[in-house]
Amino acid sequence: MIVGETDFKKYVLGLSEKGKRIDGRGLLDYRQPIKIEYGISKNAEGSAAVTIGKTRVICGIKMEVGEPYPDRPDEGTMIVSAEFAALASPEFEPGAPGEKSIELARIVDRGIRESGAIDVKKLCIKEGEKVWLVFIDIYVQNHDGNLIDAAALAAMAALLNAKFPKLNDDGTVNYKEHTDTPLPIVKKPIACTITKIGDKLFVDANADEENVSDARITITSDENGVINAIQKGGEEGMTVDEIEKCAEIAVEKAQELRKYLG
Amino acid sequence: MSELLVNEKEIVIPGEEVARGMDFLPSIGTFREGESIYAKNLGLLEVRKHVIKVIPLSGYYMPKRGDTVIGVVTNIGFSGWTIDIGAPYDVNLPVGEAVRGRLELLRTDLSRYFDIGDIIVADIYNVTKSKIIQLSMREHGLRKLKGGRIIKITPSKVPRLIGKSGSMVTMIKKYTNCEINVGQNGYIWINGPIEGQYLVEKAVDLIEKEAHLSGLTDKIKEMLEKEGVKNE
Repeated sequence: MIVGETDFKKYVLGLSEKGKRIDGRGLLDYRQPIKIEYGISKNAEGSAAVTIGKTRVICGIKMEVGEPYPDRPDEGTMIVSAEFAALASPEFEPGAPGEKSIELARIVDRGIRESGAIDVKKLCIKEGEKVWLVFIDIYVQNHDGNLIDAAALAAMAALLNAKFPKLNDDGTVNYKEHTDTPLPIVKKPIACTITKIGDKLFVDANADEENVSDARITITSDENGVINAIQKGGEEGMTVDEIEKCAEIAVEKAQELRKYLG
Repeated sequence: MSELLVNEKEIVIPGEEVARGMDFLPSIGTFREGESIYAKNLGLLEVRKHVIKVIPLSGYYMPKRGDTVIGVVTNIGFSGWTIDIGAPYDVNLPVGEAVRGRLELLRTDLSRYFDIGDIIVADIYNVTKSKIIQLSMREHGLRKLKGGRIIKITPSKVPRLIGKSGSMVTMIKKYTNCEINVGQNGYIWINGPIEGQYLVEKAVDLIEKEAHLSGLTDKIKEMLEKEGVKNE
């Protein structure tokens, strides 16, 4: 926590007038280095760790065989969950998931689901009876702001890293062996969060900036620049012009981030 | 025969034997067991004549009687305030140590003097054995700081930030046009122009990172000269 919060906000805004941030970057710059490590977990079907500045989020993919939803008998399903480790930040407490972690999981979920990133039809094993369930589990290891972008990137990276486990003849799954078949990923949606402080827009806010922020908007877009999901947070409102500007920035920044996925 | 086993300004780890013999005296961050002196913290060894100290690389602020600290009011009680000075214990500022003259506790709203979130400079007046810490504001120059904000530095690095007889902090003030007030607890109160504040933060970051290296003053000066606007 920063003490003297009102004065800190004035300071952040004062610097932004000159196009500067408290850590020296420009208003629309991501922190460097952005790092993606693949395959960090042996037991997961796919995994990745994303580091943006001091923020670090890991994501693991687990797959199970289960029944499809009755209204979609030929489609596999995906479930996203997020957990904030208590050691990631003094603000996080152990125990039941809080508002923030549920929101994080839902934003990541919506980006992947609505873009159709996973070809769910290909997750079907036997129509109406057996499909693959994909579990995307996100763990925040260190919190220094902008968890949403880091988590969405980690989820995407882990999905690209995942391989189907072997299916036994009796219908059970052999998790010890993996096939070479990757998941049917057809799109790469990337989330970009824009934070509003005063009347200025910031990309990739760190924890200190988030503490004094008025509003934030997360826009997820795919490689064609199609916007798949939007989530707005914070108390202040945003004008139509601002949201249009945010959309432009987010699509552009998402293209930049997508390069890290390789 | 007494001998020093580690060179001065070298990094030591907890439990490391730093000196042997009774000619040396253990000070902060060290302890004696039998003939030897061992390090208590991860830090740098400092030897002054025959007194051995370990300056920790990081850690909490341990309150010491007589220190001048900067704190933030976190709570108002019936007869005093609770202050956050970055120490792991409760810190109390009683009314009698802060306000001159008599006042009726039952009829006075203490937030008239200090409200929650206010920043103050105070002396540590007493530290009891059970670590109850009392502040005092009776001395000259101890007061509420108006406006400004607090940045932090590891408490063990405060001497580097101040420099020899205040040389470092005076230099930073000169180049940044900021008011700076450094507490022994590692809280630094700053107020002034935005660019100045940015430079102060940069300088403090550099000190935080390189406090254990020599030639720091020149490095900071170079940085400030390159980026700063010198006070004419």
